[in-house]
Amino acid sequence: MTILGQLGAAALSVFIFINYGFLLAGSMARIRARVQGRIGQPVYQPYIDILKNNARRTAVHHGVMFFLGPVFRLAGGLGTFLFIPAILNSPLFANFSFSGDLLLVMYFIFFGQLGMALGAGQSGHPYSPIGVSRGLAQMSAFELPFILSVLALAIKHNSLSITAIVQAQQGGIANWTVITNPLAVIAAIIAFLGMSMHNPFSVVIAPQEIPIGPPTEYQSGLLGMLQTNRSIFNAAKLVLYVNLFFGGASATDGVLYTLSASVLHSVPVWLGVTLGVVTMVIKTFLLYFITVFVGVSFPRFRTDQSIRFFLFVPTLIGLAGLILARL
Amino acid sequence: MKMKTDKSVLPNLDLSASDKGYFCDARPEVVEPVKGIWENFLNWARANSLWILGFGTGCGAIELRPLMTSRFDMYRFGVQPRPTPRQSGLFIIGGYASVKTLKRIVRSYEQMQGPKFVLGLGSCTVNGGMYWDSYNTINRLDHYIPVDVYIAGCMPRPEALLAGIKALKQRILDREAEGANDYARNFDWYKANQKKVITDWNMPDYNW
Repeated sequence: MTILGQLGAAALSVFIFINYGFLLAGSMARIRARVQGRIGQPVYQPYIDILKNNARRTAVHHGVMFFLGPVFRLAGGLGTFLFIPAILNSPLFANFSFSGDLLLVMYFIFFGQLGMALGAGQSGHPYSPIGVSRGLAQMSAFELPFILSVLALAIKHNSLSITAIVQAQQGGIANWTVITNPLAVIAAIIAFLGMSMHNPFSVVIAPQEIPIGPPTEYQSGLLGMLQTNRSIFNAAKLVLYVNLFFGGASATDGVLYTLSASVLHSVPVWLGVTLGVVTMVIKTFLLYFITVFVGVSFPRFRTDQSIRFFLFVPTLIGLAGLILARL
Repeated sequence: MKMKTDKSVLPNLDLSASDKGYFCDARPEVVEPVKGIWENFLNWARANSLWILGFGTGCGAIELRPLMTSRFDMYRFGVQPRPTPRQSGLFIIGGYASVKTLKRIVRSYEQMQGPKFVLGLGSCTVNGGMYWDSYNTINRLDHYIPVDVYIAGCMPRPEALLAGIKALKQRILDREAEGANDYARNFDWYKANQKKVITDWNMPDYNW
């Protein structure tokens, strides 16, 4: 594929997964509303919100870094997504994955937060640094079980390429990491709860306590940029997790595991890719549902409580997963 | 999106010399709406995504809480609370505004980004209500900030508040909710009224 074709394909996959992120946020807000006995906002509410924010007639700025904060955040979200192969064996959704992409993706997950910390700091609002310090402390804590489980995968498959790790899980549920190394997956899922910043780890953006935390001063188009990042970053993390732990989604077999090889070969390419996307959507939806389920069930941890939590049980589980990978 | 960069207009006489550097002295600017169908589309988005500033200014703020519960559920209409004035577009003045609160109301209102809407809840915002001859509350809210919709009553029920929000939506769709521009156009008049009642004015003339 030429570089132009690759760019076009990447733009298409970003477009698809950004919209998926918006719809996911909208539908999950509705599910949360149902839990609370409400009807809830329309599924397309995130689109209206982002349109309204970008249509604001005035905007306030606090300096260069204040502008660059959301830009770095969006770059972090896009970077995370662009180096993950979204659908296996599909050049259209391969993005820019390469042999060492796992390390780069883990760096990009951190990158946006750090850029945002600088931008929020320049806004001069006292609540922003409080939110930033809480966010970075919590992130350093949940990063430990996450890295342990990723290390377990890298040791088991002897590779730092996401494509290789997904490839090794093809051929049935029995090959998925969640079956071959359940301990690493448990540690990673707990880290994911912290990463998605729902309850009980939502103290970073506590709306009534420190008005929404780091983005307190962000408004208009800059807030719109942060909302866009939220959807793409969410989609990227979900795709990464499904790739690493739940067998990913393949363009060649998709959901057709049960069909015979002769039927598989007769499936046209476009249908295979579509089935791959559908598989990915179903798997990521179910995975995201775990965080929503936990989020509506538990109250909020304080920062010190969540750090103590992450550094104790999930870290031990992650270490056990590491040992399991070497056995 | 227009950036406010014009300086050198407001005197900020009530700020000390050392504080002046921290604040801007630009006046609010009138930003005319776009002409044609595009503005209708943007107004549709504005009407269906109203973020309320979470600032309960008087006893009427107690009527805001039920709106979030399952009985009234304002999220259905695209209305949700927002903790910071920078991100919110709808300011609900909950009943009487004492002079002390009015100062904060002005600060918060000016920090909101246009187009912004104000909803006066309760009779106290219309003409002072039962606090008509009180020594420390204002009588008519729209002498101090532009108001889009009034909801009469003491207290109005949450249903009345929802009806008011519906009326506000219609006003936005009809292109009549231009309070932010009215404020910029009549800035000196509003400012003179505010300074008449707020005697300890120790903030910049325009807080953005």
